[in-house]
Amino acid sequence: MIKTLRQIAAVGIISEPPPQPDEDLRIRDSLQAHIRAVLGRALCIRHIDAGSCNGCELEIHALNNPLYNLEGLGIRFVASPRHADLLLVTGPVSKHMEVALRRTYEATPDPKLVVALGDCGCTGGIFGESYASCGRVSNVLPVDVAVPGCPPSPTRILAGILTAISSAPAGRAAPV
Amino acid sequence: MPMQMWFSHSAPQPGAPGLYSLAVSPEQWRQVAQDFAAAAGRLLALWASADERGTPTIRAAFLAERRGLLLSVPLARPEISYPGIGDLFPAAVRMQRAIADLTGLRSTDSDARPWLRHAAWPAGYRPLLDPPLSAPDPQANLDDYAFVRVEGDGVHEIAVGPVHAGTIEPGHFRFSVVGEKVLRLEERLAYTHKGIEQRFTQLRILDAHRLAARVSGDSAVAYSWAYCQALESMAGVEIAPRAAWLRALYLELERVANHLGDLGALGNDAGFAFGLAQFSRLKEGLLRASHEALGERYLMDAIAPGGTRRDLARNGAPSLGLYLREIADEVLRLRVIYDEHEGVRDRFNGAGTVAPELAARLGLTGLAGRASAQAFDLRSDLPCEPYTQLAVKKITRTDGDVAARVAVRFDELQESCRLIQHILGALPDGPHRTPVREPAEGVIGAGLIEGWRGPVWVALEAGPAGTIRRCHPHDPSWQNWPVLEHAIIGNIIPDFPLINKSFNLSYSGHDL
Repeated sequence: MIKTLRQIAAVGIISEPPPQPDEDLRIRDSLQAHIRAVLGRALCIRHIDAGSCNGCELEIHALNNPLYNLEGLGIRFVASPRHADLLLVTGPVSKHMEVALRRTYEATPDPKLVVALGDCGCTGGIFGESYASCGRVSNVLPVDVAVPGCPPSPTRILAGILTAISSAPAGRAAPV
Repeated sequence: MPMQMWFSHSAPQPGAPGLYSLAVSPEQWRQVAQDFAAAAGRLLALWASADERGTPTIRAAFLAERRGLLLSVPLARPEISYPGIGDLFPAAVRMQRAIADLTGLRSTDSDARPWLRHAAWPAGYRPLLDPPLSAPDPQANLDDYAFVRVEGDGVHEIAVGPVHAGTIEPGHFRFSVVGEKVLRLEERLAYTHKGIEQRFTQLRILDAHRLAARVSGDSAVAYSWAYCQALESMAGVEIAPRAAWLRALYLELERVANHLGDLGALGNDAGFAFGLAQFSRLKEGLLRASHEALGERYLMDAIAPGGTRRDLARNGAPSLGLYLREIADEVLRLRVIYDEHEGVRDRFNGAGTVAPELAARLGLTGLAGRASAQAFDLRSDLPCEPYTQLAVKKITRTDGDVAARVAVRFDELQESCRLIQHILGALPDGPHRTPVREPAEGVIGAGLIEGWRGPVWVALEAGPAGTIRRCHPHDPSWQNWPVLEHAIIGNIIPDFPLINKSFNLSYSGHDL
């Protein structure tokens, strides 16, 4: 026990300040400002791997490390879509995951946000569309924010999440 | 010995060292498999393609006594089932089912259920033989899968997935339990099947290493190296020494990153969140050091045909070396804390045991295999450059439980840190990339690299004018997923996440 405590004390607090929202990542502005105010930064996220190579998952995991300290921002990952405000979707959507993804979306209470993650989530990526792949997430679900990268860094993922829960500046709302 | 007879009839196979190739008839095929099984050989991969004349061909790769054999079995009459080898190599069963889904070629084995195909494409469509489709069938819906039912007093089923409660890949687990004790687990995978093998045939052979790197993102280096190893052998290119050493540096960095991630997650799954915080901190530091020295946090595009995409940044070697030394020291300290923590020890010891005899019979491979006394590591048993000069220490344990898989990770992590220091100190000068020409049509190459999870195999066949006729990437998860079904028997459901994590198998790498 003393070794554990000594290690905790030696490392100290290493969390870094979060990035700013990035309007370039927004592709849709669906939530009214007052709803955003309610969601605020007490945000529950449900991650869904809809067919990714598992690269994006590695960086989502990194968000929970002490340097990014997601929970310190009031944001946490939850086990059920029924507890979630935001769905974080990775991968090109495989045909085999399409139904599960739609059902997860339906199980998420309104109002809800969808962030598509990674080059595959944004465009289908290198896998594209095929007999087994539906391609980008927006082919299956309405997407609010799309974060490119292969995989996107934790900072970019966090910027995408913060963009989704911040209001688009007047006149900047992207077309639905 | 008969197995050696097959080698004496074979020809050297371009690709990883120690590989040979041989074509046999469907009648001889079973005899070869029997001889390899009798010689305690391993089935590395089993897939199908069409040869240059369009004849559907079953292909298999076996390893025995520090040599590999790539076997081709042309099927003159593809409508007749080829002999199954599930009784000799249990892992072959799912591979045979996958072959049927992708090419329509059926084995004589009894389990004829689809494996990779749920309902995305009709049974009559053969993704690897028929022309590619640009979109999935819009009519496709959910299908019914015939899970094996367990019946008896108090037995009930728990269905989990495909969407799991954490940040992990999708798959379905069907548990048959009494109370909280697991009687049987049946996996259903292929939720992330996205048509990778068909996709390869639409890419240029000199570009497709990028797709190989994304077969399983956590093993990007292993896959892209195996792909390039195959390609370079087909083109008759020998990479520069510096390129080979840089690749080994990347491969060991990938191993360290994954082992750090797993050790943290395993502590967390045992209720010790301190472990996750500490190991994920170290991992983040490693990724940042990689970014600084190599330009990428994850080395998704670090390896390219002919060598590496970039050279090490100036000052890259000392800064990486410094951080790796810090990791090695910190991990030693954390290991003592794990070892002395009674709660952690209680969860790790005796959980998810795979005894060495069972591991041998089922073909458990890679890291999980080494934790169950399957002492095989390509880096020391069939080394390519520069591993021939690195004298990698092979790590094994015999207990076969979660604790053993944790211990193998701890030891391998230290060994990889040592290798990285050695590589950084001995990195040869010279170019890091050699030009590679497109290989001639019909040439076949094979890559084989010990990824952090186990042996990664890539078989590549060149098509006309720089295209790919066929590329088959094979993940060690194919061998190990069926063993997980055995590892959980008799354990309690709440230990499943821990046991599953201790194997940490790839869904994407398996589902393709």
